[in-house]
Amino acid sequence: MAIATSTTSPTLAARVQRIKVPTVLRYLALIALGTIYTMPFVWMVSISLKPYTDLNQIPPLLIPSRLAFENYPDALFQPMLYFPQFFVNTIYYVVLSGLGELLSSAIVAYGFARVNFRGNRVLFALVLSTMMLPSQVTLIPEYVIFKQLGWIDTYLPLIIPSWFGVAFYIFLFRQFFMTIPTELDDAAMIDGATPLGILFRIILPLSVPAIITCTALSIVSRWNDFFGPLVYINTTSKQVIAVALTYFNVPNQATYDNLLMAAAVVSVIPVIVIFLFLQDYFVQGVTMTGLKEG
Amino acid sequence: MAAVTSVPQTYGARKRPFLTRRDILGYLLISPWILGFLAFTLLPFVASLLLSFTDWNIVGTWNWVGLDNYQKLVSGVDDRFAVSLSNTLFYAVVNVPGTQVISLTLAMLLNKKAQGISLFRTLFYIPAIATGVGTTYLWVQIFSAHGGLVNSVLGWFGIAGPNWLYSLTWSMPAVIIVGLWNVGTSMLIYLAALQGVPQSLYDAASVDGANFLQKFGSVTVPMVTPAMFFNVVLGFIGSFQVFTIVYVLTNGGPANATLVYSLYLYQVAFRNLRMGYAASLAWILFLIILAITVVQLVTARLWVYYEGNTPGGVTGPR
Repeated sequence: MAIATSTTSPTLAARVQRIKVPTVLRYLALIALGTIYTMPFVWMVSISLKPYTDLNQIPPLLIPSRLAFENYPDALFQPMLYFPQFFVNTIYYVVLSGLGELLSSAIVAYGFARVNFRGNRVLFALVLSTMMLPSQVTLIPEYVIFKQLGWIDTYLPLIIPSWFGVAFYIFLFRQFFMTIPTELDDAAMIDGATPLGILFRIILPLSVPAIITCTALSIVSRWNDFFGPLVYINTTSKQVIAVALTYFNVPNQATYDNLLMAAAVVSVIPVIVIFLFLQDYFVQGVTMTGLKEG
Repeated sequence: MAAVTSVPQTYGARKRPFLTRRDILGYLLISPWILGFLAFTLLPFVASLLLSFTDWNIVGTWNWVGLDNYQKLVSGVDDRFAVSLSNTLFYAVVNVPGTQVISLTLAMLLNKKAQGISLFRTLFYIPAIATGVGTTYLWVQIFSAHGGLVNSVLGWFGIAGPNWLYSLTWSMPAVIIVGLWNVGTSMLIYLAALQGVPQSLYDAASVDGANFLQKFGSVTVPMVTPAMFFNVVLGFIGSFQVFTIVYVLTNGGPANATLVYSLYLYQVAFRNLRMGYAASLAWILFLIILAITVVQLVTARLWVYYEGNTPGGVTGPR
């Protein structure tokens, strides 16, 4: 041990000395790139707080001449575009589809992770391969089916399919379940627990990180979903925030930019807040796919 | 059937019944996915192929037109198809490599345990979760010719910026820039890959007197090729389906300069209601993505390095 310390400390000191310049460069590069990547958000907040008179200033002001906080209520509580309604609609969609995605994916993943049924591997490969299928291929017949069912202009086409498992979350849950020792299942089985009982009483309580990862990813992707509501929802008052924002944009009318940006800020705050609180779970979810599937 | 029964059994000499209770339990548990796959993937997948041989437009009757739709596409009668395809190709060919360069650079900068690094990781990743309609309208502001951020910055250097979103030349680059803002996911995958590279490889390279570039070329790049492969495959699949940012930024304009494939498909299906024709567009898209993906899978062994495999041997996931 003594020999080890005596040999490493000079190297370490040398290393620290050698590393100094690259470290400074690293931080400079990070600050420069970080500014570029963050500037759009700063710009967004800046415009959202500009009084109308600031909008046509050239060169534009980064800091508004006056902080026009009234833009926010002005943007959100217009009688024709009533944002609280869009918020309620979006939350309804996010919650019901997310709940379906989580429950169904967990059950399916449990089957793949714990039951060695005939065709397990082949079917699991099929699950993964559906992730590569472009959604446009199934879009038109799906639309036709939902039209026949009278589901157009309802949330059903957006919610019902999510109750049949989502490939990505099935994958994430399965990988996680496989790290839980099967002895726990066996013990519960001896006590007379049913398979679903084992899933809900033993496996899922031990899978909180996987549940949070899937919940977070599901909320963000549904919150940002634009195409689904654009295609299936027609009535303005039923619309979700993502599509409702497009109603703001009056072509060739620059006058409302501040209100549009105020609404846009409000539309991204929920996902950013969720991300900031659950960052590590997002990172886990993303990196897991990259490493396992490579 | 004979072939099925002659498959060697995994355990014991006892003949396995065709379906054991365990099989049935497994199928019951995965039944939600099986039903969903049949109803929302397989059925629409086949139906869309059949639809693509018809001239159905939702309201009228439908006629079997054989390969007419495909012939229209291939023969060049439909110039919007050709334009949308070449625009999408251009987007993908710039966006995918661009994303790799930026996200690998960011990941290398972040691959160090030091103060404040995780704050930067957060900053670079946020666009990936915030990319939606709201932030895309923000980019409309940023590219605005009347006091937009980009042209203001260019103005400091004495450059008169173009009217980005209304320019035949510059609208597509603008779309690509918005796409390149959203590199957080690839960055995280590279970062995880970099964290898996053993320090001993860099130390050995240092002993051999390798400089930064040599280490990058001989250690870093080979070790992250599996992550790169993953990012490139998914990058192409995603790029070919780009929709929201184009719909919001330019809606395909000016003069179809940014008309991308998915947007054209959307317009044909839901504006013109030509469902049969749109289905043939969807199938062409599927075949293109399939071809690109298969080519990448086949050529992977030429450049993707999986640690622990014999040199030149068969490669596979770790």
